[in-house]
Parts: sequence; C-alpha cells; structure tokens
Amino acid sequence: MIKVQALSKVFGDPKSDKAVKAVNDVTFEVEKGEIFAFLGPNGAGKTTTIQMLTTLLQPTSGSMTIDGLDPVADPLEVRKRFGIVFQDPSVDMELTAYENMDLHGVLYHMPRKLRTERIETLLTLFELWDRRKSLLKTFSGGMRRRLEIARGLLHTPKILFLDEPTLGLDPQSRNQLWTLVKQLNETEGVTVFLTTHYMDEAERTAQRVAIIDHGRIVAQGTAQQLREQTGADSLEGAFLKLTGTTIRDEASTSADQMRQMAKMWQRGRR
Amino acid sequence: MSVIYVLWLREVKRYMRSRAQIIGSLGQPLLYLLVLGFGFGAVFERAGQGSYLQFVAPGVIGMGILFTSIFSGIGLLWDRQFGFLKETLVAPVPRLQIMAGRTLGGATIAVIQGALVLVVCILAGFRPQSFAGVPLALAFMALIAIVFAALGTAIGSTLRDMQGFQLIMNFLIMPIFFLSGALFPLENLPTALTIATRLDPLSYGIDGLRAAFIDVSHIGVMVDATVLAVLAALFLILGSWAFSKIQV
Repeated sequence: MIKVQALSKVFGDPKSDKAVKAVNDVTFEVEKGEIFAFLGPNGAGKTTTIQMLTTLLQPTSGSMTIDGLDPVADPLEVRKRFGIVFQDPSVDMELTAYENMDLHGVLYHMPRKLRTERIETLLTLFELWDRRKSLLKTFSGGMRRRLEIARGLLHTPKILFLDEPTLGLDPQSRNQLWTLVKQLNETEGVTVFLTTHYMDEAERTAQRVAIIDHGRIVAQGTAQQLREQTGADSLEGAFLKLTGTTIRDEASTSADQMRQMAKMWQRGRR
Repeated sequence: MSVIYVLWLREVKRYMRSRAQIIGSLGQPLLYLLVLGFGFGAVFERAGQGSYLQFVAPGVIGMGILFTSIFSGIGLLWDRQFGFLKETLVAPVPRLQIMAGRTLGGATIAVIQGALVLVVCILAGFRPQSFAGVPLALAFMALIAIVFAALGTAIGSTLRDMQGFQLIMNFLIMPIFFLSGALFPLENLPTALTIATRLDPLSYGIDGLRAAFIDVSHIGVMVDATVLAVLAALFLILGSWAFSKIQV
C-alpha cells in the first residue's frame, strides 16, 4: 500500500554545511490492511516522512508510491486515498462537530446522501453523535482527537496517517482511541500508519514497527523481532538500545514557539 | 464551485458566531469617530472645511474594512499550524479554490463590518448626502475589502512566526491607514506626503467612499475604481501565488 525507496529530504542548500538531512535514504514498505508504527525520538524525521507521503513536502531524492500512485506527480489523486490526523489540531473550533465533518465531506467531493449516512455512522461509532451540534471549542482533548480520526475516515480512505494522535491525552482516552483504530482497521480494512512516543501503544496496536533515528531507519520488523534482536524485554527497551539514551534537543522552530503560545492562550483546550 | 462556497460559508459562519469579535472590532473605529470627530470638529470648521464628522466617517468605515480584511488574511499564519487550514491543504482540491473561498469569505466579513461601522456613524450623527450613493459606496467597500483580504493572504502565506506580525502591523497596516487621507484632506500636502498618499491603495478607496457618501472627491471616482480593480486583480494573483507556496 505504501512503498518508499531511498527517500531523502534535505532542508537548506544541499552543498552548504548548514544543510540538514531530515530524512536520509529511507526504504520501507507497508502492506495493505496493516497497522504500521513509525517510531523515533524527537527530530528523527517521522513528521517529515509523513509530510512527503501526504503531498505536503517535496522529497529531495528517492521515490515513493501510495496505492501505486506517486504523491509528487499526482497529488490530487493521492490525497483522495488517505486520511490524516496531524500532530497539531486541525479542526475548526468555531464550528460544530457535524459541520466539521460535513465540510470535510464536501472537500472530498462526497455526494450529500453518502455524506449524511457516513457521518452518522462514524459519529455514532466514535460516541460523538449526541454532541454533533456542539461547537468544537466545548469539546475535551480526547473528544477532539476522536472527531479528527472520524473525520479522517469519512471519505473511506485506503490509508490513515496518525501523527502522534494520543499526545496529551489521558490513559482512558488513549485506550479508547486505539481500540477504535484497531476496530476500524479490522472492519474497513484501512491501512494505518502511525507515529507515537508511547512504546506500549505501538507494541499493542501495530503489527510491524520501524525505528528511525537521525533520518535513517535503524531497525524494522515485528515488536517481537526487535525485542529479540536487541535482547530487550520490551519494545521500549529495544527502542532505547537502538536509539541510545541521549536527549534530543531540537532547535526550536517557529511551530514550536507558536505551540508554546497556543498553550498559554488556550490552557485546558487540549 | 461547491468547495469555494463551503469555505466562504465557513468564514461567514465563524464571524456571525463571534459576537465578542464583532463588537470588539467596532471599538477602534468608534474611538476614532467620536474622539477625532468631535475633538477636531471645531478646528476643522474654523478652517472652512465644514463638518469633520461628515469628513471622517467614510475614513473610519474604510478603516474598519482595512483591518478586518487584512487580519482575516494574516490569520492564515495561525490557522496553518493550529487550525483548519492544514485539513484543506491535504484535501483533493486545488489550492486556488481554497485561497479563493477563504479570501472571498474574509472580504465578505469585512464588508459586513464596514456596514456596521456605517450604521454606528449614522447613529453618531453622520448623514450621507443621499441614499442614491449607497450602491456606489457598497461597491467601493467591496473593492477595498478584496484588495486587502488578498494582500493579507499574501502576507499570511509568507510569514513564518508571530513576531513578523508586529512588523507588518507597524510598518504596513498603520502607514496604509494614516497615509490614506482617512483622517485629513489630501489637498495642499508637502510633495513627499502627496507621493506617499498616492502610493497607498487605501487612498483611492477612501476617496471613492467620500465621493459616494458626501460627494467630495479629490482623485476622481473613475480613477479610484480603476486603480482598486487593478490592484485587486494584482493582489489576488500575488496571494494565490504565495498561497500555493505554503509548506506546512
């Protein structure tokens, strides 16, 4: 379903010393119907890879296909085939849950009848149907995340990208969220590509795992294979053995600064 | 078309729901209208220019439109990281349609806001020459709104962080407002200032509004309309180009 071959992304002029190789010669494959976890410390290149796969960023070199299509050559067709939940919220707080869903349906050119039916199915499944007329700003962080996932699935995509969807959620919400993702993976056969910092979640949810560090894939396989390979007793142990224990202090980007401000201004929102 | 329509509708819905914002953004024009309108009134009349309230009201309406439309564009910056914009950028929709829906929505809101300021002006004692001028005034309000909503989109697409916002505010938006002749007549100015006012797009908008409301024009309605229409087209192209370059 996803094929990535020698993919690289360099920020800045490739010839200068300041060039940053965010993603360096990455190769992996995700099977149809699989749940695939893409793990790595901060700044390892997870989000950059997702951005390239989802047509938001152009790769410097290498090739990739999504359901047999090239995101660089055919972005609009590729976009119809995936749904995505971003690291930062991307819902409209001033609209109701239903309006957010409906707008998504229009953007994906869904006929009205199909739209209404599928919105009801998904909102019911995600336990948000009773709150469909409430403005998103009155929702808790977990409810907003659930809505984003429901919305990402609205146009029945073949792939669902989840970029740290459980960040900042309590264990109950996280648990519920992954149960729903697994359930939809089974019932609708949607391929799931996820990133998370919670190793236990990856171990429980994903069939296969790839670990990326400094832009390179350092290991991939099932969680069990990675444990055996490193002699660790958990995926977290394996992860630490593979990526070391050094703390990654990323240079603060403008997005981080804005995240900081968002936290101050909208405390309690997420 | 349906995509442009829903994105436009989204902007309008959001505006209608934020009553605090509507009232809040009426505050600044109101302050200018009342304080300057009555404060300068006596001096202005003694200088033989008639009623300052009559003079400044079109300027204050233009100001309301300027701020609302340009902020709706700059809001992109925030929307890109924490808002709905990213959702639209991964949708199977050409970016031009997204930009069009958003910008037209912002312009519509700005016109509504301008109309509200007009109502407030009338309550404060402003009297348009005749109601026949209202359609022309609305046309100018729409032109101003489109010009600055598109400019705002272009700026909002290029800014990287919130610090840049302050820069834009002090070195672009405030000069646009102060040099537009919203607060003083454009006659008998020093040459440098005359040139600066002629380079300011809002000058043509305010002049057009004054022609429509109080039948006073310094530049001429045809010139005003032409300049604004050309600038609207230019900024829309510039805005679309900048918007198409956004990387999340």
